Amino acid sequence: MIPAAVLEPGGAGATALYIVAFSLFILGVRRGTHPTTAKQGNLIAAVGMAIAVVTTLLLDGMGNWGILFGGLAIGTAVGVIASIRVQMTEMPQMVALYNGVGGGAVALISWAEIRHGISLGEEIPLDTLIPILFSAVVGSVSFWGSNVAFAKLQDLIPTRPLAVPGQQVINVLLLIGILAACTSIAINNDDPSQELFIGILLAAALLGNLVVLPIGGADMPVVISLLNAFTGLAAAAAGFALDNVALIVAGTLVGSSGTILTMEMATAMNRSVANVLFAGFGGAPSGGAGGSTEERPHTSIGAQDAAIKLAYADSVVIVPGYGLAVAQAQHAIKEVADELEKRGVTVGYAIHPVAGRMPGHMNVLLAEADVPYEQLKEMEEVNPELPRTDVAVVVGANDVTNPAAKTDPDSPIAGMPIIEVTEAQQVIVIKRSLSPGFAGIDNDLFYEPNTSMLFADAKQAAADIAAEISQL
Amino acid sequence: MDLITEITIFVLAAFVGFEVISKVPTTLHTPLMSQTNAIHGIVMLGGLIVVGYADDSLEYVIGTIAIAFGAINIVGGFMVTDRMLGMFSRKPKPKQTEEGGK
Repeated sequence: MIPAAVLEPGGAGATALYIVAFSLFILGVRRGTHPTTAKQGNLIAAVGMAIAVVTTLLLDGMGNWGILFGGLAIGTAVGVIASIRVQMTEMPQMVALYNGVGGGAVALISWAEIRHGISLGEEIPLDTLIPILFSAVVGSVSFWGSNVAFAKLQDLIPTRPLAVPGQQVINVLLLIGILAACTSIAINNDDPSQELFIGILLAAALLGNLVVLPIGGADMPVVISLLNAFTGLAAAAAGFALDNVALIVAGTLVGSSGTILTMEMATAMNRSVANVLFAGFGGAPSGGAGGSTEERPHTSIGAQDAAIKLAYADSVVIVPGYGLAVAQAQHAIKEVADELEKRGVTVGYAIHPVAGRMPGHMNVLLAEADVPYEQLKEMEEVNPELPRTDVAVVVGANDVTNPAAKTDPDSPIAGMPIIEVTEAQQVIVIKRSLSPGFAGIDNDLFYEPNTSMLFADAKQAAADIAAEISQL
Repeated sequence: MDLITEITIFVLAAFVGFEVISKVPTTLHTPLMSQTNAIHGIVMLGGLIVVGYADDSLEYVIGTIAIAFGAINIVGGFMVTDRMLGMFSRKPKPKQTEEGGK
């Protein structure tokens, strides 16, 4: 098998192709920021990736084709199958998982690099060694952190914050240890210890676990986005070590754009990134909400009552939350909306910036159920309309409707922008129980006089309501 | 490439990343994160280079796992992003047929 053209590593041909590839990445991300061009942007970036991969395969002196294509085939097969089978509701954890394997790849490559350097028996230059160490630490943290995030979102481990006593101290000590070990390797760059390097990988793995475990499920999107940015930087560092311009540009691009995205997400949740990482909602709710967990008076209704309230309303606003996603209720809710529209009721959907488990996640889910784009209203748009709305239906949303964010300055979510459903004439909350949401705090909305609770699985409840309305 | 050139490229690329991303509608946060996530799968090139030039068995193993991981990151990332964005672009069709029916 003779390749069509053999490119000299670092030569003009290979570099030119890498430049084409990273230009396509930049173009792709740019287009990804506009709704009409996003799909095209993704394709452009994918083409750039294909060019980068083929260029690398054509480098002079490459060999070991069997094992190389074996790895490619396995990874591609897993990626294709996982992407086709994943449910739209499971998107956030899928992104976490893909981010994790990316981080894992960086860490493994840095290990192979340092092994290679050691086996040559020569001094490893610091401008190669330092990037290797950086990508090892960040890659390992990202791999394990993302896996914990995946496990939390997939409910394999509890989503509530899991704190170890003295957590912050342990993290700082681990970080100091890692830095010390890195320094030691850098000083002994004529004969670095591979055992110490493996120790660094393991310590970083532990750090990745310890940093993400205490963070609650609600903050997971911010964490995944942050880890995504970090993995990008680690990839850029690997590019420094390998003198590969495509890696440097693509990795840095992801690092900086990912940082902006992370901050935008955090802002939408009225949280700062530092707050997410170091405070969590973990500490506050145990004291804040602990006292108010006893039964408080609330109104409970059934599907039939809900159907009557809705059918005789003029305008209805549906407020979807993560509970809707979990119950896969987007199609059933669309049926309710269809039944209502047949009767001439105006229906809109109020989308909180962080509804679902990631910004934009709820829009994807509702789009999957063919909800027209015009009916999806952003929070700022819908809040002024709520006083004129007859019924607000809250489906599996909790914290994003909690009036405490506005009324109680001591609440852990104080200041978070909310959808002000209490302003509507009537509120129906479809929820499985009165249990608190991700923030771990009680929701005063449930006990308002104009609120009716419909305790049921969101999908079942929606189906029942749709059936009841059609019979009215 | 010398270190100074590489650092220059790094700094410029960082600014490009900051500039390119400003003002993204919330709707596109998840797809965009997923797309940039796929792009950092480019580290797979490192795995290809490691295996392509490897001459020791552990390097084969590490490199091959890295390639597999990277390929999952790339292929899965782009495909999942495409599926998510497909949810948005599919919508106008049923609406048009409805209008046609009226």
